[in-house]
Parts: sequence; C-alpha cells; structure tokens
Amino acid sequence: MTMSTAPRFWRHIPQRYNLIGTHCVNCGEYYFPPREICPNCRRDTVMEDYKFEGTGTVVTYTVIHNATEDFERQTPYTLAIIRLDEGPRLTGQVMADPDDVEIGTKVKPIFRILGKGGEKGIIYYGTKFVPV
Amino acid sequence: MPAGIVSYGVYIPKYRIRVEEIARVWGDESDVSGNLNVFKKSVPDVDEDAVTIAVEASRNAIRRGRIDPARIGVIYAGSESHPYAVKPTGTIVGEAIGTNTDLTAADFEFACKAGTAAIQACLGLVSAGMVDLGMAIGSDTSQSAPGDALEYTAAAGGAAYVIGKDDLIAEIEDFYSFTTDTPDFWRREGRPYPEHGGRFTGEPAYFRHVTNAARGLMRKIGVSPEDYDYAVFHQPNGKFPLRVARQLGFTKEQIYQGLVVPEIGNTYSGSCLIGLAATLDVARPGDRIFVVSFGSGAGSDAFSIMVKDGIDKLGNGVPLVRDYTSETKNEYMDYAMYAKYKGKLRL
Repeated sequence: MTMSTAPRFWRHIPQRYNLIGTHCVNCGEYYFPPREICPNCRRDTVMEDYKFEGTGTVVTYTVIHNATEDFERQTPYTLAIIRLDEGPRLTGQVMADPDDVEIGTKVKPIFRILGKGGEKGIIYYGTKFVPV
Repeated sequence: MPAGIVSYGVYIPKYRIRVEEIARVWGDESDVSGNLNVFKKSVPDVDEDAVTIAVEASRNAIRRGRIDPARIGVIYAGSESHPYAVKPTGTIVGEAIGTNTDLTAADFEFACKAGTAAIQACLGLVSAGMVDLGMAIGSDTSQSAPGDALEYTAAAGGAAYVIGKDDLIAEIEDFYSFTTDTPDFWRREGRPYPEHGGRFTGEPAYFRHVTNAARGLMRKIGVSPEDYDYAVFHQPNGKFPLRVARQLGFTKEQIYQGLVVPEIGNTYSGSCLIGLAATLDVARPGDRIFVVSFGSGAGSDAFSIMVKDGIDKLGNGVPLVRDYTSETKNEYMDYAMYAKYKGKLRL
C-alpha cells in the first residue's frame, strides 16, 4: 500500500470525487477541506455541506521532474496551489504541458486516477485540474 | 408509456496517434489508413481508464439534461476494460455523479456491445416502472498487443445515456438482438491483451450478426432503410460499417454523421454509442435513427430511435462529439510516448 489505507481513502471520497467542503451560513466563509467549526464564528457556527464547482485560479505552482516511484512515468508534471472561485485553496495536479501553466491560469476540474496501491491495491480516483 | 433517452454525454481523451505512425514502427508498408479508413485513434492519458471516462461522460449527460442524480436508480456500466476484475465501475460512477444510495449497479461485459446491452437492461427496469431513471454507459480503454492488427484501431472513449420515460429527447421504439456462440475475439482472465481470429471476425462474426439483428428489427416493426434519416453501425474500422450499410440498403448519407471511427479509432463499448451521440448532436425532432451494435463473442443489438421535441430543451455548453474530435483539441504523440502512456513498456 503506497498511498493510503482503504478506510482512509474511503473517508475522503466525497472530498476527492466531488470537492465537498463546508460553508458557514453565519459568516459566509467556505472551507475546503471541510471544517465542522467555523474559526470566525466559533459557537455561532452554522455549517452546511457545500459542493465546490471546482473552477479556480493557479496561485502558484511547481514542476516535478524527479518524482516518487508512483509518479515517475508522469514527469514532468505540474503541482499547483489553486484558489477555488469560492475562496479556499487546495493543492492539485494540473494535467497540461508545464509550459501552459502559469500564475493566474484559470482551471477546471477533471476526474482522474490520483494513484494506485501497486499492482494489487486500490485505485485512488479523484479530482485533478486542466486549464480552462 | 414510451421509454427512451432523456439525456446523453460523451468523453474522448485528447491524445491521438496516427495509424501511419503505428505502421511505421512495425514496418507495414501497405496503405493501412486507407485500407481501414481509420487515420488516427484516441489514446488515454496516463491517469485515465474506463472508470474516469465513464465518469466524465456521465457528468456530461447529467449536465446536458439538467438531471437530478438522485432520480437515477440504476447504473449499468459496459466495458471490456473495467480496471477492477472485482469492484464495480458503476459504484464509482454513482459516487462521482452524486446519486444517492437508493441505487442498484452492475458491470456489463460483451466485447464492443456491453453499452447497448446496458441500455436494454435499463429500458426494462424503466419500462416496468421499477426505477425512475437509469444510466447506461459504454466506456473503454481498449487493449491491443504490440504489433497486432488491433493496435491500429484499439482506442479509448465512452458515452453515457440516461434512460427514462419522461422528457424524452428520443424514444427507443423497439430493439431486437441476435446472439450466437462465435469465438471471433476473446481475452482470458489475467491476460493483458485480447486474441482474435483474424479475418474470421468479418463474415461469420460482424456481418452475420449486424445484418441479422438489423433485418430482424426491420421485420419485427415493419420498416425499411428508407424510413430512417440516420443509421449508426458498430465501427471496428471505417470499412465494415460502410459495407454493412450497403448490404442492408442504407446510404452513405445516412451513416456519415455517426461515422466517428476515422477520427478516433474503435472505442469498443463506446463505439456505436459515440456514433449515436454524434447523430443526436445534430438531429431534429421527428428524425429517425437506426442503430446496430456488435460485440465479439458474438452478438448485435439493433434499435429503432425516434427523436422527440425534448432534444430542443437540452442544456448548452456541454461538449459535443465534434468538440472532442476537433483537430485543434487533439495532441499527437509518437509510438514511443504511446507505448509509455499505454503501459506497454514493462520495466
């Protein structure tokens, strides 16, 4: 098992497949990954699940040339910090020629394989990004 | 109450390899592209498989029809390249498109016609009133051994159809199937690449099954080729559907709109379903479409489809087939990169 155990992956399926985070109705802040307590509102938190559209902007990025064994066939590839349109930031892989990605690039979500537990393990699906 | 198609979506990977490039590597100096009437084929990205293609096609279908995923009570996913031998593709699709847990799902396999078999099964449940909507998927990242004739055409892509009784964009008027035990193509458990009977897959397999299913349906509902605006036949290459159309009395004009194989190759379970989608992309209410799939092993499913007014109410902004086949959207790769992307290099 090279990425995570089955229960750990299973718990994160809503976030990984559909970018399910949370939204504090009280102050309007969005959170990804989801939070149960809004740090702005504390005991006044009124949290609801929220499905992010997945569209956003590249805040910064790095191009991986020397990858771990699981990803060495994908080099060079781009890892980016993406600010979702609703505000939260997350780290994700941008599937494009590294020359086509820069700070400010608009991206949208795609459903891809994030990794595999070797030849015998679970296939970990989830969200990556491509330039719009 | 009539049942049929409520929405549809497709997905085709952006990478392409030219058939000529494959021929160059293996020293085939004949006019392979011309002989097959296939010029390039789609190649999945390193992180794409039959599941990711099924999810993207299904999400496109949901968006196009503005479908509430909670209404979907069944997902049947057809493929011959399900990434898990045991663990259903349909469960992953259901989670990814946001169905609720009030859902039945199963994976289908029937070489290139698993997707149309899934449509038939969904139609049964919908028509019986046992589910509100069903999702039928044909999706493949088809396999071919290096240097094998299949390598010129084995491609990747998929289509998803939402089947229901309300707000139809196309009524499935009837279907007819023809099935025999014909070992023209197979893959044993645990083997990475399929085997096939070479030319045996022509007359006794493809042509016998497609023509019998087509004639059986026409006889069953009393129609002839002239009654149809469009026809779509399974597309293992660009020659077979042209020839079988001629044998049955259909014209080139009737099949050109749905003939996608010259641009993307044979997407197996996605093949004639993508061809049908390309036809629905331009169809108008009142148009009639004749569809015949073929799956090695072997069998054919023939459908008579009548386009309804609902097709004018579909959402815009969802990719059409031509958006995926457009030259500007494709990225070409050489055989070395293709071998790497397809995992043909064993390190």
